[in-house]
Amino acid sequence: MEGNWPLLSLLIWLPIIGGCIVAALGSQRAAQSRLLALIVSGLTFVLSLDLFTAFKRDTAQMQFVENQPWIENFNINYFLGVDGFSVPLILLTTFFGVLVVLSAWESIRNRVNQYMAAFLIMEGLMVGVFSALDGFLFYVFFEAMLIPMFLVIGMWGGPRRVYATIKFFLYTFLGSVFMLIGLIYLYVQSGSWSIMDWHAYPLTLNVQTWLFLGFLAAFSVKIPMWPVHTWLPDAHVEAPTGGSVILAAIMLKIGGYGFIRFSLPITPDASMTLDWLIILLSLIAVVYIGFVALVQQDMKKLIAYSSISHMGFVTLGLFIAFAIFQHGPDTKGAALGIEGAMVQMVSHGFISGALFLCVGVLYDRMHSRMIHDYGGVANTMPWFAMFAVFFFMANAGLPGTSGFVGEFMVILAAFQANFWYAFLAAITLILGAAYSLWLVKRVIFGEVDNKEVAELQDINWREALILGVLAVAVLLVGLWPAPLVDLMHSSVAELLVHINQSKLPVAGAAAAGL
Amino acid sequence: MDKMNFLLAAPEIWVLCMACFILVFDLFLRPERKGIIHMLAMLTLIFAAIITLRADYTNSGEVMALAFNDAFIRDRMGDLLKLFSYLVLGFVFVYAKFYLRQFSMFRADFYTLALFALLGIMLLISANNLVMIYLGLELSALSSYALVAYDRDSNRGSEAAMKYFVLGSMASGMLLYGMSMIYGATGSLDLAAISAAAGEADDMRLILGFGLAFLVVGLAFKLGVVPFHMWIPDVYHGAPAGVTLFISSVPKMAAFAMAFRLLQTGLGDLHADWQQMLAVLALLSIVLGNLAAIAQSNIKRMLAYSTISHMGFILLGFLPGTAVGYSSAMYYVIVYSLMSAAAFGMVILLSTRGVEAEKLDDFRGLNQRNSWFAAVMAMIMFSMAGIPVFVGFFAKWLVIQAAIEAGLSWLAIVAVVFSVIGAFYYLRVIKLMYFDEPQTEAAIAAPVDFRAVLSLNGVLMLGLGIFSSSLIAICVRAFAA
Repeated sequence: MEGNWPLLSLLIWLPIIGGCIVAALGSQRAAQSRLLALIVSGLTFVLSLDLFTAFKRDTAQMQFVENQPWIENFNINYFLGVDGFSVPLILLTTFFGVLVVLSAWESIRNRVNQYMAAFLIMEGLMVGVFSALDGFLFYVFFEAMLIPMFLVIGMWGGPRRVYATIKFFLYTFLGSVFMLIGLIYLYVQSGSWSIMDWHAYPLTLNVQTWLFLGFLAAFSVKIPMWPVHTWLPDAHVEAPTGGSVILAAIMLKIGGYGFIRFSLPITPDASMTLDWLIILLSLIAVVYIGFVALVQQDMKKLIAYSSISHMGFVTLGLFIAFAIFQHGPDTKGAALGIEGAMVQMVSHGFISGALFLCVGVLYDRMHSRMIHDYGGVANTMPWFAMFAVFFFMANAGLPGTSGFVGEFMVILAAFQANFWYAFLAAITLILGAAYSLWLVKRVIFGEVDNKEVAELQDINWREALILGVLAVAVLLVGLWPAPLVDLMHSSVAELLVHINQSKLPVAGAAAAGL
Repeated sequence: MDKMNFLLAAPEIWVLCMACFILVFDLFLRPERKGIIHMLAMLTLIFAAIITLRADYTNSGEVMALAFNDAFIRDRMGDLLKLFSYLVLGFVFVYAKFYLRQFSMFRADFYTLALFALLGIMLLISANNLVMIYLGLELSALSSYALVAYDRDSNRGSEAAMKYFVLGSMASGMLLYGMSMIYGATGSLDLAAISAAAGEADDMRLILGFGLAFLVVGLAFKLGVVPFHMWIPDVYHGAPAGVTLFISSVPKMAAFAMAFRLLQTGLGDLHADWQQMLAVLALLSIVLGNLAAIAQSNIKRMLAYSTISHMGFILLGFLPGTAVGYSSAMYYVIVYSLMSAAAFGMVILLSTRGVEAEKLDDFRGLNQRNSWFAAVMAMIMFSMAGIPVFVGFFAKWLVIQAAIEAGLSWLAIVAVVFSVIGAFYYLRVIKLMYFDEPQTEAAIAAPVDFRAVLSLNGVLMLGLGIFSSSLIAICVRAFAA
């Protein structure tokens, strides 16, 4: 299959061009816009399945590679390829591409064509981020992705949407320009934009530290890590349901993916010296943000904070490897941490996406996100209640759901580094259960609280389909994570080789480099 | 050997003849047939482009050729800048025609003045001699002063023209003073001779340094970089939008050429000296331009301050003093001219009979009134803000790369941080267009040629971004020895 046709390009450009066509349909043709958007996103998803089937699990080599010159004067290529880290995330992206179109079927009424177009274009750009192997190309996709999201939050968002969306844009933009400086510096030094070349390029510790901080600025905002997370609750609360879903399910993962693709392999020595910083910030996110989530009155805000706390696991899992290496050369624990982080990303994608869809279902009916407006929803919406309770349980890390697998793997890995890391991380299991279940108690269970709740209609077949598919995915990853882990096995091993190897130049070259 | 080489100056001679012809021809034209003037001016540009492209000096493999006793130079850089000057001036003419008709100011004077300004710009681009530089500069500047006062009944316009004239003359004076010092130190007006003499004249270092400082001051006035920027907001604001459109785009390309000829060709040996000066000017412009633009509620003033910051970015490209650096600055100035023309084209599009759409609020809800032109404006704004995949990003990337190559990473960091701050006011325009409700339901009315050219100009923001390699390659080749 490989090499016959440019599958990755197709996955990038089909939604983008489809999105442009949908936008050109005009705001009068809502029905056609929906249908075309569904066809395009569905087709993209079906095509992306080929990545899963044809992907060779036994090699860490980049696959489905496409390499064309783009800006020859500066050695920039249109260089695409995927490995075990990108494939799951691309599949997640195309999967949610379909769900987002479906979820907006009835709830978006004005300027439907622009809404659908924004999401399709965003989908293509996000696939581009996950498959770009040229640093410049990566940055282009990484930044361009902000534009549709900016418009989505600003055009279809809640009352404070302008504040939220400009904050979102400027925060992420500010973070990523530091990365741009780092990337340009790498090019000026190495003469190449290829991320693969950078992986092998020796750098002094001083340079590595600066580069590491540049990458950190970009990815910590994206993921987001404490204390640069404050844009996320605002953006989530104000965004329309689809925007929140994409933001939580895919965009946050780009931060984690960036750490895997850039920080760990390009600046391993700086990562080694600064791993305490990331681990500290991760643990603060896991514990402190967990407490913050507990006191939220707004359902979307609560899920947003819970996302930050869960993404803390991802960064913890990625950087715990360095703490483990300080104990010895054993790579098993480190591999467990990185695989746990990846599983956690995929699982959090499913769960948080599903939770935002659940809140969206309620919001469409009641136009309120406040917890105290609800109560006893289970009485009027039994089917919905079933799904919602399931997803909140998964969010709390119930064994048997995907939420458990990733967290468990990361905690196991953390044990090998330091008991207290694992202990603190494990607190989240309690906190997560507390805020998730408390929300369930207040919103879903109990007596019917007020007249509006009493008149609620249960979910229709379309909503049931969306939530049902997600529930199956959560269960599948939870009960049988092997296919997912198999995908990334070789790539994780390769990454560990990279980060275990000092990138410091040999003594003579170091003197010359300084 | 024939040292005159008139043929090399064929484009200039053609533009001069046509400008004079239009000036006279207009007298014999009945008022209802004035539209012919527009066609003639466009033809002038098209033929000028053809003549420029058919330069025969390149056939023999030469990278440049000299004429008029070395006072005039034809090279790839000059030809490229001239071609883009024609292109952007063509856009300007189309936008301005609609504007001038709406404001009942459609007279041939606009075209003759603009063509004379173009002639000055072309001479400046091709100048290889201090006198020639001064000549081109004054021709373009005097035409621009008159253009700013084009609406003679407007107080604001006259005030702006006066301010422009006084400050511009002062800048010319500074430049002349600097030139005289350079002449005193090197004994020549010819740039090549100056360069040769400056390399050897160690005892003249002090006077050369002073001359350089005055030259840079004059240049900074013309480019409009902080602290010599005061005229820009007032002139942009005071001049009719059709004229601001012109002033903000084409002359910047000439200013780039002038800076290159003076600093690199003439005083390349003093690179270390002018690098520091330009670094300070660039820093101040980027900082002040972006901060001040946030406070504006008038889009012409906002774009004026944004111009100041863009000029700061262009100076970054000069810092390394390498061919790649100059090519990135040139790429930036070309891209900037296209962006600026498009932005003022949008202002003109929204202007209705007799009322300029100069308030930011006039853009409110544009997406609901006309989603295509809202998208065009969005592309222009994202491009100016430097968001990929629009062309402005590639320009910013190249000059920042130049700054890093010059070893001035700290300056690159300041520049990108302030470009994030700058993104705020561009986003505000997009917010007004997309997130707010329109204040008027009036449909957008404009002639077909205006719509087509503005759409093309907007799509160029995206097209030149995605297919950026060719223009970048051309710019790099222009400086290849």
